[in-house]
Amino acid sequence: MPNLPESQQRVKFYQTGTFTVGNRLLDSEQRTVQATLDRSNSLDSGHRACQGCGEALGARFAIDAAMRATNNQLIAANATGCLEVFTTPYPETAWSIPWIHSLFGNASAVASGIAAAMKVKGREEVRVIAQGGDGGTTDIGIGCLSGTFDRNDDVLYICYNNQAYMNTGVQRSSATPAAARTATTMPVGAEPGNAFQSGKSVPLIAIAHQIPYVATASVHDLHDLEVKVMKAMQIRGARYIEIFVPCPLGWGSIPGDTIKVARMAVESGMYPLLEGGNGEIIGVSKIRRRVPVDAYLKLQKRFAHVFKPENASQLERLRAIAENNIRRFDLLSKEDDQS
Amino acid sequence: MSDEALVQEKPFAVTLDVGTSLLNKTGTWRTSRPVYVDRLPPCNNACPAGENIQAWLFAAEEGDYESAWRKIMEENPFPSVMGRVCYQPCEQSCNRVQLDESVGINSVERFLGDQAIKYDWKIDVGEPTGKRVMVVGGGPGGLAAAYHLRRMGHAVTLFESASKAGGMLRWGIPKYRLPREKLNAEIARIEAMGVEIRLNSPVADLKASMVEGGYDAAFLAVGASTPKRLEIPIEGDMPVVEGIKLLRDVELEQTGYLKGRVVVYGGGNTAMDVARSAKRLTGFTPQVIVRRAREYMAAHDFEIQEALDEVVDIHNLRTIREIKGKTVVLEKQVADDTGRPFPTGQFEEIEADILVMALGQDTELSLLSNLPSIEINWGVVAVDAGMMTGEAGIFAGGDMVPSERTVTTAIGHGKKAARNIDAWLRGERYAPAPKHQLVSYQMLNPWYYSDAPRTVRPTLEVIRRQSGFAEVIGDLNEENALFEARRCMSCGNCFECDNCYGICPDNAIRKLGPGNRFEFKYDYCKGCGMCATECPCGAIEVVPEEI
Repeated sequence: MPNLPESQQRVKFYQTGTFTVGNRLLDSEQRTVQATLDRSNSLDSGHRACQGCGEALGARFAIDAAMRATNNQLIAANATGCLEVFTTPYPETAWSIPWIHSLFGNASAVASGIAAAMKVKGREEVRVIAQGGDGGTTDIGIGCLSGTFDRNDDVLYICYNNQAYMNTGVQRSSATPAAARTATTMPVGAEPGNAFQSGKSVPLIAIAHQIPYVATASVHDLHDLEVKVMKAMQIRGARYIEIFVPCPLGWGSIPGDTIKVARMAVESGMYPLLEGGNGEIIGVSKIRRRVPVDAYLKLQKRFAHVFKPENASQLERLRAIAENNIRRFDLLSKEDDQS
Repeated sequence: MSDEALVQEKPFAVTLDVGTSLLNKTGTWRTSRPVYVDRLPPCNNACPAGENIQAWLFAAEEGDYESAWRKIMEENPFPSVMGRVCYQPCEQSCNRVQLDESVGINSVERFLGDQAIKYDWKIDVGEPTGKRVMVVGGGPGGLAAAYHLRRMGHAVTLFESASKAGGMLRWGIPKYRLPREKLNAEIARIEAMGVEIRLNSPVADLKASMVEGGYDAAFLAVGASTPKRLEIPIEGDMPVVEGIKLLRDVELEQTGYLKGRVVVYGGGNTAMDVARSAKRLTGFTPQVIVRRAREYMAAHDFEIQEALDEVVDIHNLRTIREIKGKTVVLEKQVADDTGRPFPTGQFEEIEADILVMALGQDTELSLLSNLPSIEINWGVVAVDAGMMTGEAGIFAGGDMVPSERTVTTAIGHGKKAARNIDAWLRGERYAPAPKHQLVSYQMLNPWYYSDAPRTVRPTLEVIRRQSGFAEVIGDLNEENALFEARRCMSCGNCFECDNCYGICPDNAIRKLGPGNRFEFKYDYCKGCGMCATECPCGAIEVVPEEI
């Protein structure tokens, strides 16, 4: 692109703004890491994730951004789960970074240990990430995770939230949403699918630990996701980012719709994008073009039963969850278009 | 190597070398594959001149106005004129309509055309071919043909019956829509390419002229300038003038006879132009009598609206029954379901000083009398798909062939004829490239486009339009022209937004760098189709894998 005279640079409008991954009309610093030719591809081709895997995508987004932020001085500790299994069937690996897997529930403890070792060795430029799915985070690993937060160890924990134990056959986790069908919450009986008023929000639990940085992100909004990872890597201490990663297999969605499903979750109010720090919520991403909750649910077979007439009350309660999120986190009030 | 040495070499409990997942060719999982395609944007599809609008907007988006202009000039030598007088079928078909409003293609084209005039950009002519082509008629069709033939290297002589070239652009479109310095500049550019324009040179006998001048082929674009007539009983001495003559007199500034209350008969664009000119010249509110209802009027909607804005009275579903002195007797009509009007026997009267007849024009074809092989149906010349008449080597286009009678159509005919003439002169037949699949709005992913309402061109205040012939529609400046260009969604054609490259979960897309787009790594692509779903502009198609 030629150097434009000043009068043209004043034109602030860029066709797709920052909604796409890159855009030839944007200044290079406004494009994403993923738009660059020299991105690290930390999670490379040949991995065994299903077609359209949101987790594989979210992991490359997050780790590539962290690699850029740390000048490639990065070690990752991985919990057991899909991300570990599909990337690293021994002796083969899809990771192009130093990477370790120990147990299902101890990823944050392993990472705390690595961070401590780096400190002892005087190599504090080497940064540490712990990562896992929602099962290894919200259920099995929450004890170790809470400890890492409590000690404010210099670890970024990334949870790839696909809302169930996908690797072992789609069993319910404490991140599974209400009414969703899983292998252990079948759509039978008076309250088919996962129970309402169950589960937990680890992002809000993390904020309650008063750690310096907490965020939720989604694979559909790459700019936002990368900004949050970069921001986290500027900070020392315990940090937590949860990334919303649709799972075509477990959710019964079309593989090509993974990003669309994530976008609809956020734009319907079902998955709010938040930032927190030191005990408080410090930012929310506003809904850009609101979509009905039904449109989000209809993309997924795990919610098919809520559209049966006898389950109308379930649908109403799901809609109420979105309404409540929108009210509670003020997701709709108008902001300037980010283009 | 001993077993002990092997164990020594590796870390504790590790017996195999670390392998890379790149050995695992996940492309074998695929049952369908994504492919990059170029589809046909609706604007390009709608353009009667065949402009590649998406491509020139793409160049303009980067601020590269000269490249953008050169892209237009490959198809149409009149960007500055088109940016003023075209009826914008491109904008009416623009997919952006369904998001907010259509892209202001016409205003950007005008901006580019005016830039070219301002900076005097030129077009190169082709290597001389030794062939000579005769063009009859110096309107938009004839000039366009001459321009394209010169680019192909043929020698061109253009015969124009009037004292200046331009045809209906000059004699039919008033100055307030098309300032003459723009028209003159674009004609002068064509002339500077070596087109010999012979003014005041009507062709009486085409065959004789071709033989005399030694021309290898001819393109006819004599237009339609003979007014259609209708007998109206007139008692008294009310003057009657043809609309097309009035517009010509407006151009020549010889309208002393136009005084008082004007009645215009007709509902086409000529009628609107006559009424708007009369408003400027007389100060009285012209009365336009139209046989059909408003929605069936031949004039384009925005011309009707601009006329109404300038306070012109339009009486729909009326015919002129007779004229007695200064009284015009109108008969009310009633329309059936198809819009066809029928008389009611009810009458009303209005007062007027002069009647202008603007009921359309016929074409004058006496120059073909010695060429019996040329077929003439309903007053227009029959041509084949390559614009050739029944006489080999004689081509025709514009208003004199069956078509929609607009400037843009005529320019498209000129181009099409030039390409066919060029092929014919080489003893070949011109084969147009197959058309790509048309892009519908459903093929796009509109989520990715920024919200951007259209930049409205400033219009001249109504009060200033009632007395003068200053241009009604203003220019965009550079800043908002660039903004407007960037509203283009690039339907069906990759604009390198990096979405596919970024969102592939299998890292199976290779970025080839600026201007070179992307390619798939089919060794690893699992065929999930996410790239196609998330492509903003519909430039990726998923096709079944042959198994």
